[in-house]
Amino acid sequence: MSVFTPQPITQGAAGQSSATALPLRVRNLHKTFTLHVLGGKHVPAFHDVSFDAPAGGFLGIAGASGSGKSSLLKCIFRTYLADSGSVTWNLTDGSEIDLVQATDDEVLDIRRDEIGYVSQFLRPMPRVTAIDLAARPLVERGMERAEARERIADLFARVRLPRDLWDGLPILFSGGEQQRVNLVRALAVAPRLLLLDEPTASLSPDLQAEVVTLIGEARDRGTTLVGVMHDTDLLNRLSDQVIVLDQGRRVA
Amino acid sequence: MSAIATLPTEIVRHDHVASRNAEQIALKVENLEARYGRGCSACHELTGPEHSTNVCGQCGTVIACADVSFAVRAGRTLGIVGESGSGKTTVLRCLYGDLNPAGGTASLMTYEEGRANLFTASAQVRRRVRNFDMGMVYQHARDGLNLRISAGGNVAERLLAAEWRRVDQIRARAGHLLERMEIPRSRMDTPPSAFSGGMQQRVQIARALANGPAVVLLDEMTSGLDVSVQAGVLDLVLELQRTEGVAMVVVSHDLGVIRLLCERTMVMKNGRVVESGLTDQILEDPRHPYTQLLVSSVNA
Repeated sequence: MSVFTPQPITQGAAGQSSATALPLRVRNLHKTFTLHVLGGKHVPAFHDVSFDAPAGGFLGIAGASGSGKSSLLKCIFRTYLADSGSVTWNLTDGSEIDLVQATDDEVLDIRRDEIGYVSQFLRPMPRVTAIDLAARPLVERGMERAEARERIADLFARVRLPRDLWDGLPILFSGGEQQRVNLVRALAVAPRLLLLDEPTASLSPDLQAEVVTLIGEARDRGTTLVGVMHDTDLLNRLSDQVIVLDQGRRVA
Repeated sequence: MSAIATLPTEIVRHDHVASRNAEQIALKVENLEARYGRGCSACHELTGPEHSTNVCGQCGTVIACADVSFAVRAGRTLGIVGESGSGKTTVLRCLYGDLNPAGGTASLMTYEEGRANLFTASAQVRRRVRNFDMGMVYQHARDGLNLRISAGGNVAERLLAAEWRRVDQIRARAGHLLERMEIPRSRMDTPPSAFSGGMQQRVQIARALANGPAVVLLDEMTSGLDVSVQAGVLDLVLELQRTEGVAMVVVSHDLGVIRLLCERTMVMKNGRVVESGLTDQILEDPRHPYTQLLVSSVNA
């Protein structure tokens, strides 16, 4: 067989299909940074973390600053590479893949098709307007640019992003405006899993409420959410289940 | 559909051009090695990042690169970063046939469906693959262009090599490509020696795309351009990624360029690959000491 025969994504690091309805299973995940620039200093991020995220539910991650919450999300998204443990994701076709072991190309496919990530900070692309930046994931999935821009415009209106900013450059936006672009960008594609890192941190209470509604709508469409928030009230209100990290360990 | 994809179709394409499947690996390289010198049995042992050199202490041979392996899917872009002399450009030159590797294999989806090793093919076959299936943009325009003939002529040269025969079609395609690269038709008959650096790089890109290649290699294409001109060239490359479905390999020491253009990144030092991964992972969670140094030295 030629090495160029397309490999279905389920081969490679994927295992056999599971009978459970848990789309995301994290087991014994461990991450330590080794900083060679600082003489090989070890900085532990988190240790032996396990949890399940139920399909179409919201799993909240609570904990103080520096407890490893954001690092955990980044490990699931593969921006950080876990040292050990597994992140088992249930693909649309029912097969499973371990995101710790998956190849780069497999992770890129999954990011395009199934998993979204919203960080606290928008990473603007040079010279790309807010509306085109937010529409990009839709276009990458094959939607016509005009249609994608329309869908983004609807969502921008809902999060009350001022209309004159739509064709502006996000690098010039305020933190709250950038955050809304970021959220709309991720929510527009309705991913099967959405990782949220402080999605409402820079928003006023009325905008927070609108974002909470949008997150609720995503869940109603079947999106599984894993979210990190400092606002405990909001986190408890949104979450079906909350896990708590303390100094990199799961304590609840 | 892209403008290029809708160009005249009556041209008989190269037999080996397969249909472009998004999940197909366009280019696969295994254990590529290139050296300057005779080489000895100790070369491998005595070179590499552990020794901070690519010069063999026993025989003086330069191991420009060794044990380099990677695969690039159609429609995806791999970045290669590393300091000067790390072997990045050598990898591209071996692939494009400017340099003869000492070992390893390279296979192209469009050549014998990837079953054959390009490095051991005859000179004639290599030339054909280069003319039909590959494109290259060099750091210096003088390496990639004939500065004395017209811009259109530079593009036409590649079309002739790919066995385009009708002058009207060649001229139409060259003009179209240059226009897409924002070089007005009125400048088509001007030699690139009269162009600015940014324009020369855009002519190179037009030339590299002329034959509708499966793989495009870009070597430090924006080094030496000022930032606003860089921006224009990078935007064009981004546009091509979206429309052409080619596999790209981008060599750069500029992490900003890598972040913008490449989904995956490979880090080289002293002729070896020290780390590879998703670009965001390489930049945010670099593991090799050299990558950490590289990333902590700039804000990409």
